[in-house]
Amino acid sequence: MDSKFTGRVYVVRDNIDTDQIIPAQFLNLVPTIDEEYEKLGSYAMYGLPDSLYPVRFIADGAMDTEYSILLAGRNFGCGSSREHAPIALGAAQTQCVVAEGFARIFFRNCVATGEVYPVECLNRLCDIFSTGDIATVDIDQNTITHVASGKVYDLKPLGEVRPVVDAGGIFAYARQTGMIPKAV
Amino acid sequence: MTLTEKILARAAGKARVAAGDNIWVNADVLMTHDVCGPGTIGVFHREFGRQAKVWDPSRVVIIPDHYIFTADSKSNRNVDILREFVREQQIPYFYDVIDDPNGSWKFDPSQGLLNRQYGSQYAGVCHTALPQKGHTRPGEILFGTDSHTCMAGAFNQFATGIGNTDAGFVMGTGKLLIKVPETMRFRLEGKLQPGVMAKDIILHIIGEIGFDGATYRAMQFDGSGVSTLSMDDRMTIANMAIEAGGKNGIFPFDARTAEYVESRTRLNGTKSTYEPVEVDADQTTIGEWVIDLDRLEPVVACHPDPGNRKQAKELGHVKLDRAYIGSCTGGKTSDFVEFARVIRGRRVVIDTFGVPATPEIVHDLRRTRWGGRTVWDILLDAGVQMTENAGCAACLGGPVDTFGRMNTPMKCISATNRNFPGRMGHKESQVFLASPATVAASALAGKIADPREYLSN
Repeated sequence: MDSKFTGRVYVVRDNIDTDQIIPAQFLNLVPTIDEEYEKLGSYAMYGLPDSLYPVRFIADGAMDTEYSILLAGRNFGCGSSREHAPIALGAAQTQCVVAEGFARIFFRNCVATGEVYPVECLNRLCDIFSTGDIATVDIDQNTITHVASGKVYDLKPLGEVRPVVDAGGIFAYARQTGMIPKAV
Repeated sequence: MTLTEKILARAAGKARVAAGDNIWVNADVLMTHDVCGPGTIGVFHREFGRQAKVWDPSRVVIIPDHYIFTADSKSNRNVDILREFVREQQIPYFYDVIDDPNGSWKFDPSQGLLNRQYGSQYAGVCHTALPQKGHTRPGEILFGTDSHTCMAGAFNQFATGIGNTDAGFVMGTGKLLIKVPETMRFRLEGKLQPGVMAKDIILHIIGEIGFDGATYRAMQFDGSGVSTLSMDDRMTIANMAIEAGGKNGIFPFDARTAEYVESRTRLNGTKSTYEPVEVDADQTTIGEWVIDLDRLEPVVACHPDPGNRKQAKELGHVKLDRAYIGSCTGGKTSDFVEFARVIRGRRVVIDTFGVPATPEIVHDLRRTRWGGRTVWDILLDAGVQMTENAGCAACLGGPVDTFGRMNTPMKCISATNRNFPGRMGHKESQVFLASPATVAASALAGKIADPREYLSN
């Protein structure tokens, strides 16, 4: 994954649970089957109530999102351990989720799969950015820039999980560090 | 060290660990089910090769339970993927829906949703089936591809939910890299009053610390009040550690734990040796909360999150469309018995669905008599729609033909464990979480009600 990218932002609030990221009725899809992986992407954020989120994350009939940066409040990804959640976001071409806080298993699944960067922010950015704004995220510098205003906000460093993400997930990391043999 | 630190240190082969350490631990049991199993198997084959063998077939437990009683063809196929893998790997602990190891599963909707459509090995909801089938043991490490895996912490073990990729890794290596969580200590003192249940304890605690109050942390429940709680009660509490964001919930070991584990491992012929961990006087926690059980009252976690706690008696204005009793946390025998205590001799006034967690619980409810009627019949008499098809059912919505699923926007009071928007089906529906007793009282009233109003006579 690139460590610096610019794209449109989609803004959600607190407590976006895994049912809102990928509703349970789509868990009959198996992420390791290629066509079902793509299909999961087309349902990313499908569970957001229409009344609260009239602009949809994935346009009707589209397979991918126009928003490569998902910006959230507290406790993003709470609820189930379903890996379908970060996978749906990754399959929809989301590059990173910037949130005030993440639920543990979702964060871990992002790292283990390498599907999306889970990055914590220090400010309540979901009150500052609006859906459709353009932003630049820089994982090396730990910043997110609101492009129109030029304002720069700090992100928390990925810290100890960065080597796992950079290696490409838990398997690549374990091979790199000798925990499992290099070749299959 | 705390209970969690002691178990993790042992599993890492270290004398001591401290919160924040990143350590490789050996897994004792890996559990997966029909929703995450096929993807886990896919990761395992992709990363270790098509010919690879799991690290220890006797430590991989596979329990189909989520999307079983549905005509959805992909869901039926997913059970077949599990069966094929079990055959390939010779995994002894597979609780199949059907009895034919070479067959395939197809739900028959023409038989309806109420009558049993499973064979003799089917075990029902994984978290309830694991202890019943003798797979939970004090001092052990259990990983499961489901967030409510933390329920097994009731048995003095470290149990936590993981994703498919991590589970695929465990399948191949028997190990996982984890971070030692900080421990929050909840000291339970005293004894619950009539009409107040274990569910009220955990909803009270989540209300206190908030829906993310235990994120990345262990929740340790100890204190003298624990001895008054049955294993079912402890399971209900540990199950919902995840609803506060917890990595695991854990209880101390006592005679009740020993009795349960010893009888279940003996009955099922599973591994019966174990080494419990005890509470240290000098443990380091990041805080202590004292919960006076005598003073707790029935509470409800209102839509839209499990931390949105209110007193049941203050919610009489909330009109309901539906009531639901079931799931790992709320569909055990004792849950149905307490539900029956409130509802016996009365009639529900809203659609009310009952889904026992496991076939064994179906059997218990059909056998346990109360004044000449079985618990099952008492519920039917009251107008509850009971299904024999034990499983996760509408707790997590599931495919549209799932028993009890909310397919239109409505309000439901439920003995289950999660109530974020859309959890039980329609994304504009609302779920209110409560104890089985409170669900029963509310089903009788058609609005949220305090069960103590129905117990006094």
